[in-house]
Amino acid sequence: MKLSRRNFIKSNAIAATAAAAGVTIPGIKTAIAKTNSKIRWDKAPCRFCGTGCSVLVGTKDGRVVATQGDPDAPVNRGLNCIKGYFLSKIMYGKDRLTKPLLRMSNGKYDKNGSFTEISWDQAFDVMAEKWKEALKKKGPTSVGMFGSGQWTVWEGYAASKLFKAGFRSNNLDPNARHCMASAVGAFMRGFGSDEPMGCYDDLEHADAFVLWGANMAEMHPILWSRLSDTRLTKEGSEVHVLSTFEHRCFDLADNGMIFVPQTDLAILNYIANYIIQNKAYNQKFIDKNVNFTKTVTDIGYGLRPEHPLEKKKTGTGGKLTKISFDEYAMSVSKYTLEYTAELSGVPKENLLRLAKLYADPDKKISSYWTMGFNQHTRGVWANGLLYNVHLLMGKISEPGNSPFSLTGQPSACGTAREVGTFAHRLPADLVVKNKAHRDFSEKVWQLPEGTIPAKPGYHAVLQNRMLKDGKLNAYWVMCNNNMQAAPNMNEEGLPGYRNPENFIVVSDPYPTVTAQAADLILPTAMWTEKEGAYGNAERRTQFWREQVSAPGESKSDLWQLVEFSKRFKVEEVWPAELIAKKPEYKGKTLFDILYRNGEVDKYPKQTVTDSDGNTYGNHEMEDFGFYLQKGLYEEYRIFGIKGPKKGHDLGEFDTYHKVRGLRWPVVNGKETLWRYREGYDPFVKKGEGVQFYGKPDGKANIIFAPFEPAAESPDGVYDLWLSTGRVLEHWHSGSMTRRVPELYRAFPDAVMFMHPNDAKKRGLRRGMTAKVSSRRGDITLRVETRGRNRTPEGLVFIPWFDAGRLVNKLTLDATDPLSKETDYKKCAVKVEKA
Amino acid sequence: MIQGKRSSRRQFLADSARTASGVALLALGLGFYAKQVQSLPATAIRPPGAGGEKDFLSSCVRCGLCVRDCPYDTLKLSQPGDAFAVGTPYFEARTIPCEMCEDIPCVKACPTNALDKSLDNIDDARMGLAVLLDQENCLNFQGLRCDVCYRVCPLIDKAISLDLQHNRRSGKHTLFIPVVHSDFCTGCGKCEQACVLEEAAIKVLPTHLAKGQLGKHYRLGWEEKRKAGGSLVTPDEQHKYNLPEGMDYDYEGQGLIKEKKDNVPFSSNPLDSLNRNAEQR
Repeated sequence: MKLSRRNFIKSNAIAATAAAAGVTIPGIKTAIAKTNSKIRWDKAPCRFCGTGCSVLVGTKDGRVVATQGDPDAPVNRGLNCIKGYFLSKIMYGKDRLTKPLLRMSNGKYDKNGSFTEISWDQAFDVMAEKWKEALKKKGPTSVGMFGSGQWTVWEGYAASKLFKAGFRSNNLDPNARHCMASAVGAFMRGFGSDEPMGCYDDLEHADAFVLWGANMAEMHPILWSRLSDTRLTKEGSEVHVLSTFEHRCFDLADNGMIFVPQTDLAILNYIANYIIQNKAYNQKFIDKNVNFTKTVTDIGYGLRPEHPLEKKKTGTGGKLTKISFDEYAMSVSKYTLEYTAELSGVPKENLLRLAKLYADPDKKISSYWTMGFNQHTRGVWANGLLYNVHLLMGKISEPGNSPFSLTGQPSACGTAREVGTFAHRLPADLVVKNKAHRDFSEKVWQLPEGTIPAKPGYHAVLQNRMLKDGKLNAYWVMCNNNMQAAPNMNEEGLPGYRNPENFIVVSDPYPTVTAQAADLILPTAMWTEKEGAYGNAERRTQFWREQVSAPGESKSDLWQLVEFSKRFKVEEVWPAELIAKKPEYKGKTLFDILYRNGEVDKYPKQTVTDSDGNTYGNHEMEDFGFYLQKGLYEEYRIFGIKGPKKGHDLGEFDTYHKVRGLRWPVVNGKETLWRYREGYDPFVKKGEGVQFYGKPDGKANIIFAPFEPAAESPDGVYDLWLSTGRVLEHWHSGSMTRRVPELYRAFPDAVMFMHPNDAKKRGLRRGMTAKVSSRRGDITLRVETRGRNRTPEGLVFIPWFDAGRLVNKLTLDATDPLSKETDYKKCAVKVEKA
Repeated sequence: MIQGKRSSRRQFLADSARTASGVALLALGLGFYAKQVQSLPATAIRPPGAGGEKDFLSSCVRCGLCVRDCPYDTLKLSQPGDAFAVGTPYFEARTIPCEMCEDIPCVKACPTNALDKSLDNIDDARMGLAVLLDQENCLNFQGLRCDVCYRVCPLIDKAISLDLQHNRRSGKHTLFIPVVHSDFCTGCGKCEQACVLEEAAIKVLPTHLAKGQLGKHYRLGWEEKRKAGGSLVTPDEQHKYNLPEGMDYDYEGQGLIKEKKDNVPFSSNPLDSLNRNAEQR
């Protein structure tokens, strides 16, 4: 029975009337049942931020036709933000790439040619040729990859194996480097184990919230909704917000504070000083659980070595030296209320109120931060200084008392961090520098000893520099838009990609700014066009099944990585002495060694079904002949269960297809809400209380670090601070959200948020076009003196989602020398009439 | 059909006649149609400073200068066939809203004061009033975090604010209910344009359609108190209560409360802290 929409509504209405009258009309019920059954619903995490909301994806005739917030998901209980509302449209932009495209002239690859459709075979031919050429000429350090916190868990894992073991190059770094590398650095230095001790349930258990450089109202909308609810419903609860400009969180703030950029370092030390001066610290906790240390200072700004600022520095690195409590107290004593208020521009009474809040032993406090702390030339320090405050008070690792690093990407935690796709890392908190860690990884991966190089590879910003300098020559960018995202694109990014010595491959579903700068573009399956797993900010791992096929010849990142490995005989990539240690590998391909190793190919081809008996496709299983995702995941899981770093246990593969995610460590099927505390964490023994078991002595580090100025501050010519960031309507570079017409209409183009007085001084009015320039480039865009963000005089804010107004032409590639993460929040610009 | 055609033809003639003469001269026989063309459809919004429709129509000379000077192509002239006075300026918020230029070029361009020249601050314009019409489909009423209308509002937190309410369905989230305040809403229509629904849930309407009116016999007590800056009559006395030790009573809301501890972890006398030795903690 064919039903038009009209007929359907009609028959529904008739059925309703009939039901009310107590009669059944034959034929109608079956018609409704048939129409409904056409949409198949299955769960998936949202594609966007690190919150990890769950949605139900409705599929009909091979197309995602609708989504709904998953009412049973603990994170979002059926809710979504406005990006999540439009998830069903992100895969259907008009300009999806469907065929590999190579720059060609006269039928041949030409760096200056135009993009021409080719087959996958041709694409991998030219890629393999370029890779082999680079490996032969300059060795493993000349090949590299820029990956993603939006990769699925197994995509990150497959890439890690391919580069670190296969090509023996640690030049693998994720875009998460731009995002939370500083958070990672501080977790490792402070606790010896990555990722937060608390979870989202702190949002209901805290009495007070402090936001340090996090605009949760726009960037974590559903978590903000939970935080707001606690503020509304819990008597005596309060919200403190610190930022360099006023944003939507100030709406709810009981204590809103605008500080001069970079002075958060001083404010954090002031709070510690206040706690010590008033003897409010938790002596018992400190004695049992904390070591006092200080870090090397004056460590430069992660710029190129010839930069004057780097020549001026007197210290290097992040070595910690043990100090006494009294030495620590003396170090922070400089940060008095008067000094800090003067330096930061925050009124004394606001600072005092904040300090008193942290010092109150009866208040449970959750502190949140995102890019304000992380994208900071002293990001690791800033993260650490906040841990100092929580540790002094013992306000950590228990419900409501939580310093919590929020993440911006759906799997920055699950993939970039846990799988270890950083230039210095291996899965489950292992690092390439550590021989025991390499040994363990080589054992799990069944590799000869010495396969994985010990030296960390090029990190994100260094990759662009090495491309420009011609030292990194075969380069693969996957699942990110780094030409738009990386800093100082005019001087570093673009010259690197277009350097004639280099071959640049970009895998993406859409023709992004990065794809435009590539030599080869590979069309890529996205989100529910493949089977996947993401890990959100609260350590929750969530799985989804492949819902639909990708358009045209698009292939998943996973397929691309694994298929490409078939192109390399081990003799072409490994030296003879290494192969000699494992002679059975002779003549084999990297595919055989890495993915057909008896573990990854352990699970045979099968039909993927759900509990309702629906069946799902799995293109990778179809092509490779085994359950690739399951095999990769189960091999990866060994690192968490048997690896040298404890407390990273994940559950079994099949479990995650049933549950709405589990928070690791998962031991005996039970998830962990709060780490390091007896009763909550299965790795803390009875009687131990709190145990920071990531460190050999079980103690966390309080690390003193002073205030040091930003790399570039406003001066007479470039007289304004520039801060960059996001808006709620768009996610990251906007390659998905700007293709949703409704979201585009809601916030079409980037504008410059500016104080009306600053505009006036330059002869500008709201709505006029202005030219913004830094020492590195300029862009033109409209001035906004009203609206959601209110900047103080002397600072402008520009969101970076707009491919038409590339704010990263202006930003400086100064990074935290410890985390190598760029400071996107501070550089100097001038503004004039366009 | 024939009726509609004839109507538009006659309307066109009527409007052409008026445009030609520049004054509203109405032939007796056209009175019916004239009445019809004076009623502006709810989706057509007049430019800033237009004031009452009747006054506006009597002073607008249909010169089109405001439309010419609008930098965003927001303003259009009504065409023959539109259901209201031909040649008069208007805009449709859903298509192109008013960008609220600081220098108000449309008003400056007006040669007749049909657009009130005394309007020198665009925030004082009252082109219409935004109304959140469809609470069933507005995403924020369901607890989703859209609030696009709120964030695009040039007078954010004044013309549209978010009223925070506990989401009883989810138990742990907030409903961010958009509320329009007529004291500040200029009717620019940015909210209507940006609404992400297929049909906007929030729309700008002519103020007379949008606004209710409180009975003249009643006042909202708390509003009057706020306006007056204090009680309108003698303020209430300080009450005293019979209470057990350690209890307090707050008649303004909290009711019976246990006496609060000082909210700092130390005594107001610094010596208490200074002389306290470490083991005591």
